[in-house]
Amino acid sequence: MLELAFDARRGSFHLQVECRFASEWTVVFGPSGAGKSTLLRMLAGLELSESSQPQLARVSLDSRLLTDSAQGFRLKPGHRQTTMVAQQSALFPHMSVAANVAYGLGSLDGASRSARVQEMLQLVNAHNLIDRRPRDLSGGEAQRIALARALAPKPRLLLLDEPFSALDGAASDALLARLQDWTSKHRVQTVIATHDATDALATAAEVALLRAGRLAALGPAAEVLAAERQRLQNRLAGQ
Amino acid sequence: MDWQALALTLKLATVTTAILLAVAIPLAAWLVLGRSRWLAALEAFAALPLVLPPTVLGFFLLVLLGPRTAFGRGITSLLGHPLAFSFSGLVIGSVIYSLPFAVQPLVAGFASIDSSLIDAARLLGASPARIVTTLLVPLARRSLIAAAVLSFLHTMGEFGVVLMLGGDIPGATRTLSIVLYNQVENFDYAAANRTAAILLGLSAIALAAIYLGGRTRGGRRA
Repeated sequence: MLELAFDARRGSFHLQVECRFASEWTVVFGPSGAGKSTLLRMLAGLELSESSQPQLARVSLDSRLLTDSAQGFRLKPGHRQTTMVAQQSALFPHMSVAANVAYGLGSLDGASRSARVQEMLQLVNAHNLIDRRPRDLSGGEAQRIALARALAPKPRLLLLDEPFSALDGAASDALLARLQDWTSKHRVQTVIATHDATDALATAAEVALLRAGRLAALGPAAEVLAAERQRLQNRLAGQ
Repeated sequence: MDWQALALTLKLATVTTAILLAVAIPLAAWLVLGRSRWLAALEAFAALPLVLPPTVLGFFLLVLLGPRTAFGRGITSLLGHPLAFSFSGLVIGSVIYSLPFAVQPLVAGFASIDSSLIDAARLLGASPARIVTTLLVPLARRSLIAAAVLSFLHTMGEFGVVLMLGGDIPGATRTLSIVLYNQVENFDYAAANRTAAILLGLSAIALAAIYLGGRTRGGRRA
């Protein structure tokens, strides 16, 4: 269970959220600029810009405290068992795909590391790309590799910020299904931020609806996104 | 041609460049990755030799390393000889004098690296040292070469610090720029021309290597 409370300002934007994500798979849904990426960065323990330091930040995962600004406590990003795939795939451009995926596996011996890399690349259906360099990958391939890299250390919390934006609908759905199976099997709590209602509705997930930095609703996708679902149905019916 | 001075100059530039890179890489990484409010003051301090007259720096170091200060007396008793007017003293002076020429290209190179790569490495558990060795240094390779070449050339051409701190001791502190100064003072313009040509040639070759290296790696980006 992920519990969080944030209060941070940047100019006129004010992110103020306090909630509990009880589901293993939570979609943070909202329009661009709602504060989804900021929320994920704060969950990851990454610094915000100098001008948007939080007044309040508290995060705990399964009762383990990760951040508590009141106590001046913040576990460093690499010590939170949390990984993230951002909108930019951020692959290390001078390393092969295999080296990218293995980057967070420093504690494993060579054979285990190699086996984990193979396993992760199979999972994201990118095993044929193992020797490629990031510059030789398409946008969708780069997102698959970034996902494999984030999954490889088997984190307890996985944060995904619009991770399938470069994949087409069928590929995105297939990858999402495999990813959900894997995170469920390994008990990885996942928070996925998206502004795409079809992505949000594709999983039977808990949905947190974020609007202008505030939590507008939190609950099952069918309830929280009922209006979005109706809008999509109307659009399809009109075609 | 004073081969002894040429050898000493090359030795001084090589030792200084090696020390500078060892100091400047972690310093530049700290300036780029760190969040302390004191880092701006540290960056300004590291850039100070750019605007400080070399003779002023040489004078300060001469006093600091000499018998007038407790630090200088301590160093003398530790080493058995004073650092002023020695090769070791020249190395210290050169490292301080050329520090900004190593730090500034590295800061520019490290700062140009996409911060999302640094965030990704942090989230995957990389320590600051690992981020430096696996990301910053390989991705800012051209800045590293520029820092090394500029430090080397700047040390080769330094005069004020060398004269103040080292004097003119053959084999110990007499570098090519001191030889050039002596030759001009003695109206030996033919020898001075040869010495100046060597300094000019080395500088031109090294700078050409930087720019050619950049172009062969595909364009003008660092």
